[in-house]
This record gives sequence, structure tokens and C-alpha cells, in this order.
Amino acid sequence: MSIYTLGIDIGSTASKCIILKDGKDIVAKSLVDVGAGTTGPSRAISDVLENAHMKKEEMAYTLATGYGRNSLEGIADKQMSELSCHAMGAYFLWPNVHTVIDIGGQDAKVIHIENGTMTNFQMNDKCAAGTGRFLDVMARVLEVKVSDLDKLGAQSKKRVPISSTCTVFAESEVISQLSKGTNKIDIIAGIHRSVASRVIGLANRVGVVPDVVMTGGVAQNTGVVNALQEGLGVEIKTSPLAQYNGALGAALYAYRKATK
Amino acid sequence: MAKVVSPGVQALRDVVEKVYRELREAKEAGEPVGWSSSKFPCELAESFGLHVGYPENQAAGIAANRDGEVMCQAAEDLGYDNDICGYARISLAYAAGYRGANKMDKDGNYVINPNSGKQMKDADGKKVFDENGKPVMDPKTMKPYATTDNIYEIAALPDGEEKTRRQNALHKYRQMTMPMPDFVLCCNNICNCMTKWYEDIARRHNIPLIMIDVPYNEFDHVNEANVKYIRSQLDTAIRQMEEISGKKFDEDKFEQCCQNANRTAKAWLKVCDYLQYKPSPFNGFDLFNHMADVVTARGRVEAAEAFELLASELEQHVKEGTTTAPFKEQHRIMFEGIPCWPKLPALFKPLKANGLNITGVVYAPAFGFVYDNLDGLVKAYCKAPNSVSIEQGVAWREGLIRDNKVDGVLVHFNRSCKPWSGYMPEMQRRFTKDLGIPTAGFDGDQADPRNFNAAQYETRVQGLVEAMEANDAKKGN
Repeated sequence: MSIYTLGIDIGSTASKCIILKDGKDIVAKSLVDVGAGTTGPSRAISDVLENAHMKKEEMAYTLATGYGRNSLEGIADKQMSELSCHAMGAYFLWPNVHTVIDIGGQDAKVIHIENGTMTNFQMNDKCAAGTGRFLDVMARVLEVKVSDLDKLGAQSKKRVPISSTCTVFAESEVISQLSKGTNKIDIIAGIHRSVASRVIGLANRVGVVPDVVMTGGVAQNTGVVNALQEGLGVEIKTSPLAQYNGALGAALYAYRKATK
Repeated sequence: MAKVVSPGVQALRDVVEKVYRELREAKEAGEPVGWSSSKFPCELAESFGLHVGYPENQAAGIAANRDGEVMCQAAEDLGYDNDICGYARISLAYAAGYRGANKMDKDGNYVINPNSGKQMKDADGKKVFDENGKPVMDPKTMKPYATTDNIYEIAALPDGEEKTRRQNALHKYRQMTMPMPDFVLCCNNICNCMTKWYEDIARRHNIPLIMIDVPYNEFDHVNEANVKYIRSQLDTAIRQMEEISGKKFDEDKFEQCCQNANRTAKAWLKVCDYLQYKPSPFNGFDLFNHMADVVTARGRVEAAEAFELLASELEQHVKEGTTTAPFKEQHRIMFEGIPCWPKLPALFKPLKANGLNITGVVYAPAFGFVYDNLDGLVKAYCKAPNSVSIEQGVAWREGLIRDNKVDGVLVHFNRSCKPWSGYMPEMQRRFTKDLGIPTAGFDGDQADPRNFNAAQYETRVQGLVEAMEANDAKKGN
């Protein structure tokens, strides 16, 4: 009989779930664009169960991760940090991974992995620069959708530096560039490099060992991925499952627990 | 009801109470009293019979009593930048007459913070929630919002209802209530910001500043030029204290104070060393509380006796295989830096939940000054965490990690202490490279709660635990 496990990743800006069959096949996934402290977690859980045509009772083990993990007591059998879950998820998708760069809604982390297990990590300090929130703020100022930043930035021909290390000051810097008539697409490319430069500092502290994998919602933005590749001088692998990576890792750990 | 503590811990608390009580009594009796930095050679003032209070210790106490934020804000209102050390901001606000106080409305009634107090429980001991799922707080334990008031403004008021009301609203800091200083003693071995902080207090109150400048030391020993330089400053300090106290320097008394300080230091280091036992007979987090004694009373025989009593209690725990730690030790970590005093419960919660015992605290043994003579005293006071080279700092810590069997390091990136936090990324790299142990850093502050985020901290602690478990699995433990 098959064993089904549920991984739930409650982040600061999105709730993600994955149901895994026998620790290897993704049966269903769900994503709701609001995170901890909202209706997001319960909606994401009911969505994933509906997508899989299954009931919560059929899950052999449920494991929660992300900032909202502790709000799922009674729903999840165990909570783990998103650090280990991202390491596990990335190892499942890329068995040769040694470095994971995860940029989420409110934090950025770089994880060193040996044989699928996290051995060291660095996280951003108490600052929004270098996180998805930074991109949200900038998209609002530029009056574009966050999801469009990627293709707009790709058209840039000129380097416009966004040098402020603070989200609030960077916002004024962007406004100042706009008032000078600087092209939006060049500003967007500068914003991507700004996010990357913060994360490169973290990555260098951990040590960058290929294969390098990027996870989290920001991995869908090829502008940031390219800026990271340029800055670190290594190829960075991404997957369409990047945003689900934490939930995937949680479902994998859940399988380990269920079969122990 | 207050938690019952062992006779040794109680004796330590009594010593600190006595230091501050005697300080207040001395001021009331018209004697000159001082404020001293924590690593100023206390033996000098002690030998003159001069009573001093300790602003760093006081600021930690004020912060732990939840007034760190309002006192820091009061300093910022005076023009001090919020990038300045939280201890300095609290102390400078205190020196300017600011005190934590209950917030009042225009009619003089306290404004109660609805989120304060303990949660109500029903007859079955279950927590009570309102119709919105919000915890119901016991009105008897709810407290007013904190703000600050100024003692000089209150003193200038005519006697009457307003004066009495504002006096009554001031928070009582128990032993932390320090009278205003008649002189200040500053030694910058522990902190570079301290020189300007004490200079500011001296100018505000128009009082003497007795300064001992300890140069940065790049070697693992203290060279003779530095010893001469500091000894000449001690000579000047002695002359200044003779003027302040009106007494001649008494070498015999000084010798006695040095003996007391050495005895205290040895007993303190012995207490610290009990963390080498596995499992440890106590939680190293307690050292942060006991440090109040080694800061404020190391020249006193009572402090030495109290630490000796605590050491004997710990010896008994080792013999009986017991511990005073409130949880089972599952991992042993080094805590790097000063705690976030305003957030102690939040700091301790995930440590307890994950069975993390702090068995390494570099800040604690750094106050164990042991020496044989005056040159030795000078050399001992040259060795403070922020006045030595990074190699010396790494060597101290790696020795502690080995001796105290530490599995991982939790680093407080303390926004109040730029020098200390500035060299930590390199130290983290060294700990992992040299000793193969994981580290995790978190943002916080020793006194300003605005720089700490509990959710971020918990994730980093959990990450450290998972990395230590992976390390154990790799070693086959």
C-alpha cells in the first residue's frame, strides 16, 4: 500500500503544500498568495487535498515548515525549519547540490549541503533588502506587476546602479531615477543586481560550492538569477518547482518520519 | 511568588543589593559617589572606600525590567543617535534625569496596556479566550504602558497633587536606583564608545572623569611600553581619588582589595568551569545573571564567599549527577555576545524547547582577572574581548569550545556593539573551519528591544539544532 505524506510551507507572503506518494512522486501541489497569519494556510491545505482527491486522514505524516509552521500545531505532526526543508527539497531535485540560495518573501538564506543534509547556513539580517519584499516595494513604485519585472529587466541595455542598502532609501533612489527620466527597464535591471549583491555577500560567507541551486519565489525571476550567476561566477540551477521547494522538503522529511 | 533559589544564588543577589544600597546610603551621608565602567580596576576605588555604581549593569537591569525601549527613546529625543550602544543611551538618559514611569491620561489615571499581565485560567486550569479567540488577561496582573518622566522636572514642581502623582508613577528599579555621580571612572578596555559616553556624563554633571586608556593589543602578551603607559595613568587616577575622597592612598588597603578581587575572580572562574562537565550541573545562561556580582563587587570579600558557596553547590550537583538546568541537556552550545536583556523569555524559549544548554560564554570568564602584582593587574585589565586581536579572540573561544564540549555556536549580532559584532562573521568562519561545528547568527540588541525579532531568532535556533544533529549523525553519535 502506498504511503502519502503532506508537506506544508507557510511563508511570510505565500502558503505552499505538496502531497508526495512513497517519498518520490508528487501527487498534488497548491499555492495561495498569502502566508502566515492569514487564511492562506488553511486554503492551501484544502486546495492540495482537493487536487489530490484525498482526505487529511489519508496522510501518513504531515510536516510543517516556514515562518508560520508553529501555527499549525494540531494539523502537522512535526515542525522543522525551512532551512533543512529547502536543503532536502533541493537534494531531491538535484542530487549533486551543495549550495542552495533561497530568497523568500522576507528572508534570504544560503545553505551548504553535504549528502542532502544541511551542514552550515547564513541568513539575512533584520532587513528587507535582498528579499522578495524588496522586489514587491520596487514593483509598486515602478507601477508594474512583480511577475513582469523579469521580462522587463531583460530588455535593459544600460547599467543603472541602485546602491542603497536599505529598502526605504532604495525606494527614494528609484523615485529619484524616475524623476530624472531614467528608463524603467534599466532601473529594474539595477534592482535585480541590488537584490543579488546582498545575497552574494551571504553566499560568500557560507562558501559557494557547485552545484548551486536557487529556490523560493524569487527564483522565478531570471533577472535576479542572472545577476547572481554574474556576481558569483557559477551556473545557478532553478526549477519550476522552486517556490514549492520548502513544501517538497517537508513532505520528504514527513516520508522519512512515516517510514522510520 | 518568587522562585526559591539556592543559598549560593541568594548570597550573590544579596551582594549586589548591598552594593547599590551602600551606594545610596553613602550619597545620603554626603560622601562623594561615582559611576564606573565594568572593567575599570575596581581595586582603586574600593581601597579608598569610595562607593561606585555600574551603568552597564544598571542599563542591563533597566532593559530586563522592560524599560530599555522608553529609555533609549528618551536618549534619542535628547539627540543621541539610535545607532549608539543601548547601554550608553539608557545611561545617558538616566544621567539627564529620565526614568521609566507609568503612562497617565490627562486625569492622572494610569493607561493600562491590554496585552500585559498573565492569561486568565478557569477553574480547571485551562486558558480563557474571548469570543474573538484573543487571550483574556487577568486584570490584577495587567500593567500600565511605560513612558519616561524626568526627576529634575518633577523636583522643580511646587509641592502638590501633580508632583506626588508623577513621583508615584516613576518605576522603582530596586537595586538599580543609582544616585547621580560626583565623579566617573572610565576604562575603555571593554568598549570604545565608553570614552565619549563617560565624557558626556562628566560634562553634564561638571564632575571629574578619571580615565584609564587601554591601547588595542595585537599580540598575545602585553608589552612593557603599554604596562608603563597604563601604570602612569593609575598614578594619576590615585592622585585624583585622593582629592575626591580627601584620603591618602593606603597601600595595605589596596593590597587587601587586590587579594579580595583575586579570590573573587578565582571563585568565579571555578563556577564558569563547572560548565565543562557533561551534562553540565547548571545552565550557562545563569552566568549572565551572576555576572552582576563579578562586575559590581569583585573587590569585596562577600562576593568571593558567595561564588565559593555557589561553586560548592555545583560540586555537590556533579557528585549527585543532578543539575539546576530546567530541562534535559541535548546539545551544548556557546552563546556569543551579550544577551538581549529586554527579551530574555523569548531568547530562552527555543533554547529550552530544543534542550540547548549554554556551556560556553566567552563574556563571563573575561571578567576573571587573576594577577600577582601591580604589573600583573595592568596586564590582566588589558585582556578584554574588544581590546585584543582577532587571533587572541579566536584562541580564547576555541579553547572554551574544546574544554566545554560545545557542539555549535549561537552568535548574537548585537546592534549595540559594532566592534564585537563586526568580527563575528570571521570568527564563525574560523569555528567551522577549525573545529567543524555549525554556527548560526541572529540580529538583536543588548538593551533596545526594537532590534530583535523573535520569529527570525527561532528559525535560526532551529536551523542550528538541525545542523548540529546532522553533524552528530555524520560522526555516528
